[in-house]
Amino acid sequence: MGGVVLFKAIADPTRRALFERLCREGDLTVGALTARSGISQPAVSKHLRILKQAGLVRDRIDGRQTHYSAQPAALAPLLDWTREMAGFWQTRFDQLEELLKRMD
Amino acid sequence: MTEESTQTLTVVVERELPHPPEKVWRAITQSALIGEWLMQNDFQPVADHTFTFRADWGSVVGTVRSVEPEKELSYTWEAYGLESVVTWTLTKTSTGTNLRMEQTGFRPDQMQAYHGAKAGWPNFLDGLEKVLEKAD
Repeated sequence: MGGVVLFKAIADPTRRALFERLCREGDLTVGALTARSGISQPAVSKHLRILKQAGLVRDRIDGRQTHYSAQPAALAPLLDWTREMAGFWQTRFDQLEELLKRMD
Repeated sequence: MTEESTQTLTVVVERELPHPPEKVWRAITQSALIGEWLMQNDFQPVADHTFTFRADWGSVVGTVRSVEPEKELSYTWEAYGLESVVTWTLTKTSTGTNLRMEQTGFRPDQMQAYHGAKAGWPNFLDGLEKVLEKAD
C-alpha cells in the first residue's frame, strides 16, 4: 500500500490545479504560477514543496528564479489504485470465508 | 486501462457463500467479527456512526451511510486522503448468499462539490491517461 505522500499531495484541489497547469504549460516560475492562482506566493511555494516531495514536480534554479516542471510519471501509483484495492479485497474475502466456516 | 475506469475508479468483488444472509451480515457488521477478517475497528452498524479500521500499514476512517439489515450496508472509506464509498450487498440464494462489495473511488456528492472547478477529480482523471502517455 504505497503512494501515501503522492495521494496526500494530490488530494488538495489547489495543488492539483498547480500540477495541471505545469502539465499543460510546461516550465513555469513561482511568480508565473502565483499570478493566476488566486493565492499568495508563500502559499504557492508551500504547495510546490509538497508536490516536489511527492516527486510530482522538479525545480531548477536559473539565476534568481526557480522554475518548476511537472513530472507526470510520478502519478503511476494512482492508476494502480483499483488494482491494489481489488487485491486487498480478494484477500479479505478469503479471510471472511474462513471466518464464516468457524462461526455458528 | 479503460476510459471508464479512469473516470469512476470502481472495484467490485463478488462471491457466492454457502452461508445464510443472517450469518454473513453478522460477519460484516459486528466489530469483533470484522476484526477477524478485515481490520481492528470500532465499527457499529448505525447510520452516521464514524469509525476507524486499523492495520499495521495505517488506518481507514469511515462513516456509516446506510444500513439495511441482511441486505445492504454502505460506508465511506478514507485512506491516504482519498475518499471512497464501500457498499456491501447481500442477496439470498438457494445455496446461501451472494455477497457483493463495490468500492467507488469518488463519492457523487464530492464530485458535485468540485463541479465546475478546473481541478476537479473527474477532469483530472480524464486527463491523467493522456498525460501519462506523453511521459517518458
